[in-house]
Amino acid sequence: MTYLPKPKVHHPDLPRNALGLTRRDYEGSLSTLCAGCGHDSVTAALILAFFELDIPPHRVAKLSGIGCSSKTPTYFLREAHGFNGVHGRMPALATGVSAARRDLWLVGISGDGDSLSIGLGQFCHAIRRRVRMVYILENNGVYGLTKGQFSASADIGSKSKKGEPNQQAPIDPVLLALSLGATFVARGFSGDKEQLVPILKAAFRHHGFAFVDVISPCVTFNDHEGSTKSYQYTRDHYKPVVHADFVPTHQEIVAHSEEGGVLDIRLHDGSVLRLRRTERDYDPTSRDAAYAYVRRHQDQGEVVTGILYIDSSPSEMHALSGTVETPLAQIPYEQLCPGGAALDQLMDSFR
Amino acid sequence: MPPTDVLNPSYYHRVVDCQWACPAHTNVPEYIRLIAQGRYSDAYLLNRESNVFPGILGRTCDRPCEPACRRTRVDGKPVAICRLKRVAADLRDDIRPRLPRAPSQKNGRRIACVGCGPASLTVANDLLPLGYEVVIYEKLSQPGGLMRTNIPAFRLPVEVLDEEINYILDMGVDLRLGTPVESMKWLLQQGYDAIFVGSGAPKGKDLNLPGRYDSDKVYIGIEWLEAVHFGHVERIEERVLIIGVGNTAMDCCRTARRLGGRDVKVMARRTRPYFKASPWELEDAEEEGVQIVENHAPSRFVVEHGRLTGMEFEVLQWYEEGGRQKSRTVDKVIVPCDAVILAIGQDNAFPWIERDIGIQFNEWDMPIVDRQTMQCSLPGVFFGGDAAWGPENIIWAVAHGHQAAISIHNHCQGIPLTQRPPQRMTLTSTKMGFHEWSYSNAYSPAQRAKMIHVDLSERFQRLNIEVETGFTPEQTASEVERCLNCDVQTHFTAPLCIECDACIDICPVDCLTLTTDGPEEQLRLRLTVPARNLKQPLYVSSPLKQTGRVMVKDEDLCLHCGLCAERCPTAAWDMRKFNLLIPYAGHE
Repeated sequence: MTYLPKPKVHHPDLPRNALGLTRRDYEGSLSTLCAGCGHDSVTAALILAFFELDIPPHRVAKLSGIGCSSKTPTYFLREAHGFNGVHGRMPALATGVSAARRDLWLVGISGDGDSLSIGLGQFCHAIRRRVRMVYILENNGVYGLTKGQFSASADIGSKSKKGEPNQQAPIDPVLLALSLGATFVARGFSGDKEQLVPILKAAFRHHGFAFVDVISPCVTFNDHEGSTKSYQYTRDHYKPVVHADFVPTHQEIVAHSEEGGVLDIRLHDGSVLRLRRTERDYDPTSRDAAYAYVRRHQDQGEVVTGILYIDSSPSEMHALSGTVETPLAQIPYEQLCPGGAALDQLMDSFR
Repeated sequence: MPPTDVLNPSYYHRVVDCQWACPAHTNVPEYIRLIAQGRYSDAYLLNRESNVFPGILGRTCDRPCEPACRRTRVDGKPVAICRLKRVAADLRDDIRPRLPRAPSQKNGRRIACVGCGPASLTVANDLLPLGYEVVIYEKLSQPGGLMRTNIPAFRLPVEVLDEEINYILDMGVDLRLGTPVESMKWLLQQGYDAIFVGSGAPKGKDLNLPGRYDSDKVYIGIEWLEAVHFGHVERIEERVLIIGVGNTAMDCCRTARRLGGRDVKVMARRTRPYFKASPWELEDAEEEGVQIVENHAPSRFVVEHGRLTGMEFEVLQWYEEGGRQKSRTVDKVIVPCDAVILAIGQDNAFPWIERDIGIQFNEWDMPIVDRQTMQCSLPGVFFGGDAAWGPENIIWAVAHGHQAAISIHNHCQGIPLTQRPPQRMTLTSTKMGFHEWSYSNAYSPAQRAKMIHVDLSERFQRLNIEVETGFTPEQTASEVERCLNCDVQTHFTAPLCIECDACIDICPVDCLTLTTDGPEEQLRLRLTVPARNLKQPLYVSSPLKQTGRVMVKDEDLCLHCGLCAERCPTAAWDMRKFNLLIPYAGHE
C-alpha cells in the first residue's frame, strides 16, 4: 500500500495502442492492498491485456464480491463500469449484466474464499449457465482479510503462519471448472506476467465462460516457509505446459500446427490462438486428458499452469436462451415488456 | 552484465545529474531541500563549500547543471537551480562567524597567485585555513578579475561581489592591487613555495578586416566593458553592431542599450542552435530590444571620410556535407552603424612568462598544464581558470582552484601530486516510518518558475539597476518542490527480493524490469520500456534467488518518488540519501 498517488507523468516512449491510449490510461485508483500482494500484479497484467487488445475502457464492466481480491477492480480501468456486490454473489451480478448488456466486456474478479466457500454454488452455476465473461479467481489459500485462516483451496499439510498444518482436502477450482463443463480453463501465476498476460488476452477473446485461476501469493499471511501458495513454493513447483500467443485477426499466420508442439486454434472472431506446448503429449482440446493430467501432477505436488483446456466453438448463455443480438437494456421498454394483454395471451398459449 | 557496484561513489554520483555536470560538484538536491526548509544560511554554506561564490554564481553561472537536470527529460524544463542558489544567498543571515578562519600560527609556506579572479581566490580560500600565507598580485585597482570588469552590474550588483570576495580576503590575503607581474623569472626568485597563475584570458580577439583601423569607433568587447565598469566610457553611439554571439556579446549589447544605443544588433555567423550564448541570455537581450541577426559574416568596415558608416557582411547559407556544416555566400549587404563592438572571443596572453625558464608552451602558445594536477612543466607552478586552457566560466575556475590547492598542498608536503585524496560517500536510509521518508517524495507537477524582471523603462534609467528581482517566496516554494531529489537513491538489496513485481507495477515511469541477464546493448532493448538514452546508466543487480533473473533499473527518468520502496514487501528497495564527500586541500 502507498499513500502517494502515482504521479501522472509517464515515460515519453510508452507505446500507444490502436485507440491512441497508453498503458497508463488503463490504470485505476491507488491500491490499498499490502505491499507485494500478488493481486496487484494480476491488476497490472489485466491492464496490459486490456491495453494490448485495444479495448476501450468504457466498454468494460468490472464485477466483484467481497475480499482482498474483490477490491482489485478499483485499481484498473477507472473509466469502466463496475459493481462491487455481496460476498460470493459476483456470478449472479455477472449473469444480470450479461443479460442486459451483452455488448460489454465482462470481467469478474473473485478469490478463493469468495468463490470456493461462500460463493461455491454461485460459481458452479455461472459455469453451467455459460455466462460470457472472464472469471478470474485470485487464489492465495488464505482468508487474508480476516488475518490468515486456511481457505478451501489450501493444500493438506500446508502450514499457517503460526505453523499449524491444514488437514482438510482442498477444492481445486481448475478441476471443478473442468468437471462442470467450462469451455476455457487456465491457470496462471501472479509472479509470471509473461505467461499471464497472453492467457488473459485469450480469455477475453473466448466467446463463452473463460475461467482463469491465478496463484496470487498473500505476502502478509501466506508467504512463509511451509506454505504451498508462497512465491518461493510456486516457483519451485511451477509447471507451465501450454504457452499462449495471441494472433489478432489482421495478422497472417506463419507457422503450422504440430510443428514444435505448436497448435493453432481459430477463435470465434477469426483471430487465432497459438498454443506452444512445452509438454509434447499434452492436448488442451481434450477435457478428459486435461483433467487427468492436472490431477496426476497435483498428486506429484506440481502446479500445472497455462491454457489447460479450450473449446474453440463454445456456446454461451445468449445462444442457449435464444436472445436477440441487441442488448436487452437497449430495447425500448414497451417492446421488452409488451404489457398485461400480451402476458395473458402467453399464459393462454400454455393452457 | 556484471552487477553494478553501487559502493563505488561514482555510480550514484552519476545518477545525480546536476551534481555530476557541475564542475565543482555542488550538492544541488541537498541545498534545494535546505532552502525548502527555510535554512538559507545552511544552504548557502553548503554551496560555498564547493563553489565558493554562491551569490555571484546564483546570478551569473553558466549553469551546466540545468541542461543536465533530470526534470528536463521528465517535463521539458529543468529545475531553476541557479536562481534557487541566489535565493539562498539573498536570504542568508550573517554567516561570517561560520566561515573557516586562518590560524594565527602559520605553517611557514608562502604561495603567490597571479591575478585576483575566481581561480586565485579559490586557491586562497582553500589554503589560508591550513596556515599558508597567500600573496595575490592584481594588475587592476580592484579584486575580482573578469567577474568584476566584464559582468555588468545590472546582472551582478557590486555589493554581492564585494561581500563574497571579502569573505576570502578577510581571512588574511596579502593582496597587492595595481601590481601586475611583469616577469615570471622575477616571481620565481621571490622565494615562494608555489606559484599559481590565475590571470585569465584577458585579451579580446581582434578582427583584421579592411577598414579596421580607419575609425576609432571599433571597440574590443571585454576592453569596452572594462572601460564602462571604471567609468571611462559613459556613452555609445545610436546605431551599434556587436560582432559575435557569445555571452560577452550579450553583456555588450545590453550595456550598449543602457549607454544610448537605440538600434543595437548582434551579428552572428551561424544559426541560433549554434550560438555560444546561453539561451536565457539571448532571451534577456531580445527582451531589451536587441535584434539578433543570423547568418551574417563580417567582411569589411565601411568608413567614409574618416567616419564609420556601416559594416559589410556576407549573407551565408549553411548546409551539411559529409557530416560537417559548411557555408556558401548568397549575398552581400551593408548594415549601417555608428559603432562596432567586437565580441568574438578571448585569447590568453603570457608575454610576462619568459620562455627559457622551464615552462613549456604548446603550438598555440599555451602553457602545457596537467589536467589532473594543474601543474605546468615547471614543478611548483600551477595554472587554473581561463589561464589554463582558455576561456571557460566562473564555475570551472573555481573547480580548477580547488584542484590546484590540493596540488599545492601536496607539493608543499612532499606528497606526489598524483596522490589525490579520494572521493568518498555516505549512504543513509531516509525511511522514517511505513510510508514516511525524510524527504519530500511526492512528485510536483508545477511548471518552472519564471524570473521576474524590472520594467524596461526603469532598467534603462540607471546602468546599475539589477534586472532580475529574484524569486518571490511563492515561486521559491513551488520551485524547490520540482526538484526530484535525485540524490535519494533507489538502493536495492538483491537477497531480500521475492520477485513479486510490485515495484515494477507501481513505477510511474517504467524504470524497472526483472529479466534474464545479458549483454548491455541487448538488455537495454528488452526492458519494460527500452532504454535508449545511452548517456544514462543501467543498474543491474546480482542474480535473484528464486529465478536467477536480475533486477534492472534504467536510471534515465526515475522520479525518485520512492513508490518502489513503499510497495516493496521485504524492503529490498530502500530510498537512501547519497552524500558525496568531496576532498579539498588538507583532507586525507
